[in-house]
Amino acid sequence: MWDQGPSLSGMSEAIRAQGLVKRYGKVTALDGVDISVPTGTVLGLLGPNGAGKTTVVRILATLLRPDAGEAQVAGVDVLTDPAGVRRKIGLSGQYAAVDEYLTGFENLDMIGRLYHLGRRASRVRARELLAQFSLDEAADRPARTYSGGMRRRLDLAGALVADPPVLFLDEPTTGLDPRGRAEMWEIIQTLVSGGTTLLLTTQYLEEADLLADKIVVIDHGRIIASGTSDELKRQVGGERLDITVSDGNRLTEARELLEPLGTGPATHDHQRRTVLLPVTGGATVLIEALRRLDAVGLRLDDVGLRRPTLDDVFMILTGHGAADPADVDVRRRQVVR
Amino acid sequence: MTLRIPHVIADAHVVAKRNIIKIKRVPDLLVFTTLSPIMFVLLFSYVFGGAIDQAGGGAAYREFLIAGIFAQTVIFGATITGAGLADDVKKGIIDRFRSLPMAPSAVLTGRTLSDVVNNVIVLVVMSLTGLLVGWRIRGSVLEALAGFGLLLIFAYSVSWVMAWIGMLVPSPEVVNNASFIVIFPMTFVANTFVPLSTLPAPLRRFAEWNPVSSVTQSARELFGNIPANTPEPTVWPLQHAAAYTLIWSVLILAIAVPVANAQYRVSTSR
Repeated sequence: MWDQGPSLSGMSEAIRAQGLVKRYGKVTALDGVDISVPTGTVLGLLGPNGAGKTTVVRILATLLRPDAGEAQVAGVDVLTDPAGVRRKIGLSGQYAAVDEYLTGFENLDMIGRLYHLGRRASRVRARELLAQFSLDEAADRPARTYSGGMRRRLDLAGALVADPPVLFLDEPTTGLDPRGRAEMWEIIQTLVSGGTTLLLTTQYLEEADLLADKIVVIDHGRIIASGTSDELKRQVGGERLDITVSDGNRLTEARELLEPLGTGPATHDHQRRTVLLPVTGGATVLIEALRRLDAVGLRLDDVGLRRPTLDDVFMILTGHGAADPADVDVRRRQVVR
Repeated sequence: MTLRIPHVIADAHVVAKRNIIKIKRVPDLLVFTTLSPIMFVLLFSYVFGGAIDQAGGGAAYREFLIAGIFAQTVIFGATITGAGLADDVKKGIIDRFRSLPMAPSAVLTGRTLSDVVNNVIVLVVMSLTGLLVGWRIRGSVLEALAGFGLLLIFAYSVSWVMAWIGMLVPSPEVVNNASFIVIFPMTFVANTFVPLSTLPAPLRRFAEWNPVSSVTQSARELFGNIPANTPEPTVWPLQHAAAYTLIWSVLILAIAVPVANAQYRVSTSR
């Protein structure tokens, strides 16, 4: 975040936001968020539901005005020239915003016309995108008949109609089945290899790991960590001891027993009955851990040494899993919707 | 800010075209646009018309009813505006529109314009059905067109009120309920289905000044459908029905267009 040297100024940053704040009544959805995305790179905005990811995207895509802060997208100021920003961006939202009663072609053609590409160019572009996204066979069917994955692809195609230099994808794979998700990832990877700057929000750590050059972890409207996937993993330490106890009531006991063996504080998850502990020393630590647990008769369902995943990063940074619905989220949604 | 006027028109046209495509694809809309107008004409003509028949009004009374049915149906047609917009908000289409470099006002303008097209279809269907049950245009073609024009203009102004309601409330269902509460009394406490002389005094006073009465009255006059023995209207709005209708239409537009657009900005930027 704070690594911008003199070379990283002006247009080499496709997205730049400073001190974004957004409140809904008493709930603070964003509490001073800074973001910087160098041109041609992918930033993964990672966080659980209600963390503020969508709010960031809506502000940068000019759909929402922040209560404080400033932002530029493709060199254009979001607050003073929203129309200018809209000419440079494509947005594909969390819920596929396609008109289900229009055909795939009609949806894209309409968007092209609204980008003022002209009648002919809009049609050509629509057909081009439908082919590119393997929707050409379904092009003239109402989108209502599409599968979830097809709708999502059509929505993404909609964001690409004007070939924008900056793209926002808000949870592009939420709700998709594994196959649809894999298809979407492939499409996104092809896209960014073409040089598009992408801001991607996701609650899937695997997705951020796979697609993003840099990851910003956001929780309760605040950035709690940022860096490359490797940097974040390093932040957690090398290996981690991961145990699952049979009796959930003895979870705290297990944690207390193991903590002295670690290189940092342990965390635990009641629902999964797991204790996570950053360690060094590999097998030696593992054996010692098992010995201690066995001595007090603590039975285990699973035990292992793992290289950290982003899931662990999240667990350690926030104290709760990425999939945990934060209570703030519920309140915020009631205010927004 | 940098948008020129032709963009606003072109964008509104694109949005309107999209809504018109939907008329034939969305079953609810198709029924609303084609079947229910037929049903209204048949039901009102034969249920109400039949009752009046016994009093000796005859086919002339059925003819009297038609303009009222037209007025009621096109005004109800305006609710499509509100429900359609609320639906677009709910489904995220408005967000997509707002992320595009299009004229923001084109969303509402396109919506209301497509509802004029919808009402034109409704009027054609109802006229054909009307002709089948014995309704006739007894004035000139130009006068008849003027009658249809007034119905469309008034309904267009109501569309903008509905656009405002559509942006104000969160779901299409609420739009329908909210607007019916207003539209039912507006269209029934009027000369749409009964002569004003049959109403009790307080209701009659309201009905005389109700623009639904004046739009009905002017269509009736322009279609040549005023029964021979009808006494001349005694109040200004019905004596100058066309002018009174236009005044209301302009007044409603002058208020509802800016208010609806302002509400659009507020409701969509949360």
